[in-house]
Amino acid sequence: MSDMYQTKRCARSLARAAKQLASAMLLALALAMPGAMPAKALVELDLNKANVEPLPIAITDFAGDQVARDIAGVIEADLKNSGLFRPIEKAAFIDKISGTAGVPRFEDWRVVNAQALVTGQVTQESDGRLKAEFRLWDVFGGQQIVGQQFFTSPQNWRRVAHIVADAIYQALTGEKGYFDTRVVYVSEQGSRLKRIKRLAIMDQDGANARMLTSGDDLVLTPRFSPTRQEITYMSFAGGTPRVYLLQIETGQRELVSNLPNMSFSPRFSPDGQKIVMSLQQDGNANIYSMDLRSRTTTRLTNTPAIDTAPSFSPDGNRIAFESDRGGRQQIYVMNADGSNQTRISFGQGAYATPVWSPRGDLIAFTKQSGGKFAIGVIKPDGSGERILTEGFHNEGPTWAPNGRVLMFFRDSGGENGGPSIYSIDISGYNEHRIPTEGFASDPAWSPLLD
Amino acid sequence: MRWTLSLLKSPVIIVLALGLGLAGCANNRKLPDNAGGLGLNNATPGSQQDFTVNVGDRVFFETDSSALTGTARATLDKQAAWLSRYPNYPITIEGHADERGTREYNIALGARRAAATRDYLAAKGVPVRRMRTISYGKERPVAVCDDISCWSQNRRAVTLLAAPTG
Repeated sequence: MSDMYQTKRCARSLARAAKQLASAMLLALALAMPGAMPAKALVELDLNKANVEPLPIAITDFAGDQVARDIAGVIEADLKNSGLFRPIEKAAFIDKISGTAGVPRFEDWRVVNAQALVTGQVTQESDGRLKAEFRLWDVFGGQQIVGQQFFTSPQNWRRVAHIVADAIYQALTGEKGYFDTRVVYVSEQGSRLKRIKRLAIMDQDGANARMLTSGDDLVLTPRFSPTRQEITYMSFAGGTPRVYLLQIETGQRELVSNLPNMSFSPRFSPDGQKIVMSLQQDGNANIYSMDLRSRTTTRLTNTPAIDTAPSFSPDGNRIAFESDRGGRQQIYVMNADGSNQTRISFGQGAYATPVWSPRGDLIAFTKQSGGKFAIGVIKPDGSGERILTEGFHNEGPTWAPNGRVLMFFRDSGGENGGPSIYSIDISGYNEHRIPTEGFASDPAWSPLLD
Repeated sequence: MRWTLSLLKSPVIIVLALGLGLAGCANNRKLPDNAGGLGLNNATPGSQQDFTVNVGDRVFFETDSSALTGTARATLDKQAAWLSRYPNYPITIEGHADERGTREYNIALGARRAAATRDYLAAKGVPVRRMRTISYGKERPVAVCDDISCWSQNRRAVTLLAAPTG
């Protein structure tokens, strides 16, 4: 099984690498451990346990110059921020192994209780590209779990680090990682009374942030396309607030629908071919679906209420949304054609911004109750509601592509306060702020890059 | 400071200030002491200033509601009378929500408030074609602080006059 597995992994890596070479100048190759059969890892994390104890992992300084240490630092930060790994202090290391040549002295790593060990090195090729290599070792099993090498341009070093971290995450948890991803959000600057809002994009760890719009127009609620480097969002450009598309790489902007009324709250279908959104008609907002090729719209809800925040299930068959048709905002689920609209939230308070997990198993929401705003999750059938975090103002969850982690924004309130983006895992643990320059709201997580 | 000036003379705001105690609001601290000193009472009849100061350009709503209160209706009655007397101003009605709601819902709630305001003015004889509506949701607060009195100022519909036509 192991040989076959490793071969498939290698083929996948190469297929992926071919794609990456075109877009990001990345190339991945599997590194076999010399003289040893790759084996099933003895060390693994079971993510389905209620409370996962972080796995002790030793991440050595990668051999090479500063960028090698920087790459190792990003890998360590990614794994630590996931809450599933506990990197061991380097000062405790006994084995001073550096680079990917040779086999570690596993007994030295057992002494410091490392379950897994990462070694690596970064060198510069004669054509200027970086060659980054890493090996992940099972300390108690005494063998390599995975080894890969990547070729990339030097400015791409953070992506290489995230890809390595994803490979480690996947090897040890059996699930895809989410580190090689980006987040679009609304950057907010200035006092509350004169706040400038711009679309911005950053890596999931807050690095490489850049602005996508100038700040001349009020812009809100960016959402990633699941299939393209494209986002849909709402802009107040041109007087009537409407839904737009923005090509991330070119900056090209396009009005989605020239309907006379306000359109808002857009989100892509899982195949990227449709946008669901709200259209305002007098005091009512109803949900429509628009086919992006034919630009035809289909009405999905028809009530004298506010129906908004539509979000497709990952199979595209259903849509969660919020409606105040029963009084306060509640979460409903309907078929993608608008049929069978069923309320699923019944707790105390108002429920808003339902977002379907990429795994399909949960719907995240914002809950307003007792003067507080919470982020929670609920099963699509309405059972199993859990609150993950609660406070003065938490709003707008978005899922990591593996459905294990959420981001949302938290507003501190007050004249000089404002929103920041936070991350939390679905067990409610490991909450931390994503560093941004200035205030930030409305995060939307990209799919895994490739 | 346009909002602040209008707040000074708006009967609605004065009632709120007495009833709920605005002290402590950021906006409140910036209010000048002496309205008369600003010459607001000398607004030219038929001017924007006349509308803002002597009629009142905004109405307020209860939480999560777009129902017009008695006070709001009284203000809109005065607005409708003034707008009939001066028929050359195109009008934009802005709907707003307070920050104690979610972003997308508040966009729709502001639109609902603007529509309720427009419909009332239309019923009082203001031609619908003179009026357009826009919602800013919770994105354009006029008062900032963390208590109910400030949030209540942000739950509003504001009637804005454009440059007169003809």
